[in-house]
Amino acid sequence: MQITRRGFLTMAGAVGGGVALSSLGLNLNPTRAYADELSKMDRIKIAKQVTTICCYCSVGCGLVCSVDKATGKIFNIEGDADHPINEGSLCAKGAGFFDLTEANKHRLTKVLYRKPYGTEWEEKDWDFALSRIARLIKDTRDKGFVKRNDKGEVVNRCESIGHYGSSNIDNEECWLVTAKCRALGMVYIDHQARV
Amino acid sequence: MTNHYCDLKNADVILIMGSNAAEHHPIAFKWIMRAKEKGATIIHVDPRYTRTSARCDLHVPLRSGTDIAFLGGMINFILEKNKYFKDYVLSYTNASFIVGEDFNFKDGLFSGYDPKKRKYDKATWVLEKDGNGIPKRDMTLTNPRSVFQMMKKHYSRYTLDKVSSITGVSKENLLKVYEIYASTGVPDKAGTECYALGWTHHTTGSQNIRTMSIIQLLLGNMGIAGGGINALRGEPNVQGSTDHAILYNVLPGYLKMPAASLDTLEAYLHKCTPESKDPQSANYYQNYPKFFVSFLKSYWEEKATKENEFGYSWLPKMEDGKHYSTMHLFDRMYAGSIKGFFAIGADPAVSTPNSNKVRKALQNLDWLVGENIFNNETYEFWRGPGVDPTKNKTECFLLPAAATMEKEGSQSNSGRWVQWKYKAAEAPGDALPVGEIEIKIMAAVKKLYEKEGGPNAEAIVNLKWDYLNKQGHFDVIKVAQRINGVFLEDTVIEDKAKKTKTEFKKGQLVPGFGNLQADGKTAAGNWCISGSYTAEGLNKMASRGKEDPTGLGLFPNWAYAWPVNRRIMYNRASCDINGKPYNPKRNILEWKGDKWVGDVPDGPWPPQADKEKGKYPFIMKQDGLGALFGPGMVEGPFPEHYEPLEGPLAKNPLSSQRMNPAAEIFKSDMDKVANASEKFPYVCTTYSCTEHWCTGALTRWQAWLLEMQPELYVEIGDKLAKEKGIKNGERIKVSSIRGEAPCIAMVTKRFKPFMVEGKEIHQVGMPFNYGWLFPKDSTSDSTNMLTPTVGDANTFCPEYKAFMVNVEKL
Repeated sequence: MQITRRGFLTMAGAVGGGVALSSLGLNLNPTRAYADELSKMDRIKIAKQVTTICCYCSVGCGLVCSVDKATGKIFNIEGDADHPINEGSLCAKGAGFFDLTEANKHRLTKVLYRKPYGTEWEEKDWDFALSRIARLIKDTRDKGFVKRNDKGEVVNRCESIGHYGSSNIDNEECWLVTAKCRALGMVYIDHQARV
Repeated sequence: MTNHYCDLKNADVILIMGSNAAEHHPIAFKWIMRAKEKGATIIHVDPRYTRTSARCDLHVPLRSGTDIAFLGGMINFILEKNKYFKDYVLSYTNASFIVGEDFNFKDGLFSGYDPKKRKYDKATWVLEKDGNGIPKRDMTLTNPRSVFQMMKKHYSRYTLDKVSSITGVSKENLLKVYEIYASTGVPDKAGTECYALGWTHHTTGSQNIRTMSIIQLLLGNMGIAGGGINALRGEPNVQGSTDHAILYNVLPGYLKMPAASLDTLEAYLHKCTPESKDPQSANYYQNYPKFFVSFLKSYWEEKATKENEFGYSWLPKMEDGKHYSTMHLFDRMYAGSIKGFFAIGADPAVSTPNSNKVRKALQNLDWLVGENIFNNETYEFWRGPGVDPTKNKTECFLLPAAATMEKEGSQSNSGRWVQWKYKAAEAPGDALPVGEIEIKIMAAVKKLYEKEGGPNAEAIVNLKWDYLNKQGHFDVIKVAQRINGVFLEDTVIEDKAKKTKTEFKKGQLVPGFGNLQADGKTAAGNWCISGSYTAEGLNKMASRGKEDPTGLGLFPNWAYAWPVNRRIMYNRASCDINGKPYNPKRNILEWKGDKWVGDVPDGPWPPQADKEKGKYPFIMKQDGLGALFGPGMVEGPFPEHYEPLEGPLAKNPLSSQRMNPAAEIFKSDMDKVANASEKFPYVCTTYSCTEHWCTGALTRWQAWLLEMQPELYVEIGDKLAKEKGIKNGERIKVSSIRGEAPCIAMVTKRFKPFMVEGKEIHQVGMPFNYGWLFPKDSTSDSTNMLTPTVGDANTFCPEYKAFMVNVEKL
C-alpha cells in the first residue's frame, strides 16, 4: 500500500495515531519519515539560525541555515522569509542547498596532489602544498618574467602564469585574488564574467 | 542591472530577449509575473519556445545571432513613427550633438577601418565642439549631421522586409513587438529589458546590449522605476568578481589596467581622467586620480609614496592593443608559453569554447592549482578521455575549499546589492575558505622573495598582506574594510557647497568615495564599494531593514547597493529638467526646494534647468548625457548587424561585411571554421536548465538535481527530426568542424524552422551543464567540444549562442 504524507495525515486524524495504524499491518516507513520531519521542526525551533545568500544565479536569494547548537552542524537550509527578493521561496537548486554541505559525500576534504606522470591523487597536508606551490610560482615567474617589452618600455609582466576564477567566491576573496595576481605581475587573468 | 530585481514589478512592458528567465532565474521571474498581474505586457523573443515563453503574452522566435537586426528595425520604427520621448531625447541624450564631418558609414564599415589589423582608427568618430570646447548642438534635430539624423539614416536600412528576411521573424510579429514596446515612449509608462547570456554570447554581444540601450534612451526608459537595462547575470557573485576585477583589462572599481606606453603615473592619469568644458556636465570621472591613488595605497600603503608614484611602476603593464582574456590564455597555453595555471571555483575544461583545444592546452602545463569544493574535469584533465596520465608531466594540486555557508563575507547580486553572509558551520576536513588559501599561498611566495629577491620583487615584498587574524585564519572584516577605504592620516574634508569642514582621524574608515584623496591620505581597495561601512565601522552590507517608503520596492535599508546605496542608476533622468517626476505615480526621486527626495540621487546638484548650478543626469559620461552615438565601442558608434563567425549564410544581407569586422580571429591549427557549409547545415545554440548551474560542476554532484536532469541532450524540432529520421530519446551525434558530442535526441515542437533569405533554416539547442567526470556512467561530454574560439569584439565573451552543426543518427 502506497501512502503519501498528506494521505497519512488524513488517516492518522481518522484513526487516532501511528500506533493504531501499525496494528493494521501498514508500512511504517512514511510514519517514521514524518516523525523525523516533526522532530526536525522541533530542532529548527531551538537551532541557531544563520543567514546566507544563494551561490547559484545572481538574484541573491536569502537562505537560513539551521545549526544544531550541540554539534555545530547544519541540519536544514531553507529560504529566508524575511528576504525582500525571494520572500522565502527558492528554485530547485536553492531548495537543494543542503546538498552542498558536508553531508554531500563528494565534497573535497583533503589537500590532493598528483605528481608528474602520476596516475592517482595522493593526500597531502597544507604545509606541503603551500611551500611547493610557492616554489613553483616563484620559479615559473622569475624564469619567464618580462621586465621590458620590445620597445624598451618597463612592463613588469609575468606572462607564464595564468589565472581563472571565480565569480563563485565572496567579494573579499575576489579582491585578494586580484591583489595576488597583480602583485605577481600576472596579465592572463580572467573568470566567468567572460563566459 | 541599472535597476534591480524587485523593480521589475514596476514595468508596463517587459521585453525578455536573450534570456530564459523562468528557468534560469526563477525568482527574478516572480517579479516579472508581479508586473504581469498588474497588467504589464510581457514579450519573449527567443529562438526556442521555453517555460518563459509559456508565461508571456507573446513569444516571437528569431534566428540566433540576429538581435541587432531585430532591434535596429525597432529603432527605425520608433524614429519613423515618431514614437520617441522628445523631451527626454532632447534634454538627456546626445541626439542634438553634431557628428564630425569626416565620419562616415559605407557598406557595413565605418570610417577608419584597417582590414589587415581588423581594427578601426577612431579619429573620425568625434562630436564637434564650439570655440569654448563645448559640444555643438542642434536642438531642432534637423541638421543632417546631427546624431539624431545620422542615426535615423543608419537605421532606415533596417526595413521590415529586410529585418524579417534576416531574422526569420514574420513582419506581423515584428510590428506587434515594435508597437507594444514603443508604447512606453511616453512620460507615464515604463519599459524594461531583461537579458542574460543569450545576448552576451555573440561576436556582437556588447552591441546587442547597446542597441537596446539606444532604444531605452529614445523611449525615456533609462533611470526610471520599471525601466533600465537589466542583465540577469548567471553567477552568484559575478557582479562582485567583476567589480573587484578578476579580469585582465581593469583594476578594482573599473579603473583601467595601464598599458605599456603610459610609463608614468602622470601620463596614465592624464589619459584616464576625462575633461569637460561644459559647466553643466558633472563629469564625475574627473575624480579618477583620487580613486586610483587610493587604490595603489590599498596595495602598498606606506611603501607607496609620492616619490615612487605610489608604486605605479610595480603594476604590470599590458602591451598596447593586446588582450589577455580566457580565449587568449588558452591559446597561449596551447602554444606552450603559459606554464602555470590557477583554476579557482571554476571548470574551464568544460566551460571554455573549443574544449578539445583547451584540454590539449592543459596538457602543456608544468603545474596546475585548483581550489574548489568538488572535483571537476579541469583538475582531472590528466586522466580525461584520450589522455594517458603516464605521459603527462603536469604537477597538480587540488585544494579543498569551504562552501559558501561555511564562511563569512559579502556577495553582490545583479542589482548591485552587496549582501552580507554569515558562517553557519565549520568546513569539513582540511577545507579552508578560498580567501584563506590565497592569503597563505601569497604569504609563502612573499617569504621566498624576501629571502631570495627576484625581478620586480618590490611589488610582492611591499604588498600589504596582513589579512590573517590572531588565530591564523582569514580576517574577512579586515579585507572588507580595506576595500571600503581608510584614512591613513588625520584629514580635514571641506565641502565648499555646504560650507562644512569635517575632521577624520587616522585609522577611521572612509564613509564614502567622495572623501577619497589623490595625495595618498586615503587607501581604498575599490572606490565603488567605498561607503559600505560608516566612518564609525558599521557594516551597511549586513543591514536587514525592510522599510519600503516609496512602495516601489527600493528597500533602501536592505544590504548596501553600490554606488552610494543608489538603487536605480541615472535616477535624475526620471524627472524633467525642473526635477519634477515624469511619472508622479512611480516617483523615485523629486527635487523639493533645495534638495532631492527619494532614492539616493546621481549627485546632489540641482536639476539641469538651473543653468548655474544644475547638472545633466548621466554624470559618469564625459558630456553628462546618454550616448546615442557611442564611439567607445570598437566596431562602430552605431550598432550594425553582422552574421556570426559561423552561420548559415554566405553573405550578410545588409552589407558586404559578413561578420563583425573588429572581432579577433584565432588562428591555431585547432581553430577551424565552417561557415555556410553543407556539412554543418544547422544553427546551434546553448543554454542551461533550472536544475543545473553552469558546467554542472556543483550540481552534477548532487543526487537530487542530477536525477532530474541526468545527461546531455540536443533539442531538435519535430520537422527536422522527421527529415533526419531521428526519434525522441534516441542516442545520436551532434558534430561541428571542431568536435563531436554524442547525446540524447529530445524532439519537440519548441524549435520551428526559420525562413531566412528565402531558405528554410533549422536551429537546434543543447545544454552546457555536462562533462565526462561525473556522473560516472555518463557517456556524454561537454557541449563546448563543438563551439568556436571567437568572441565579442569588445569583451571577448565567446560566441556560444550561434554556430553550425550537423545532427545524425549513430
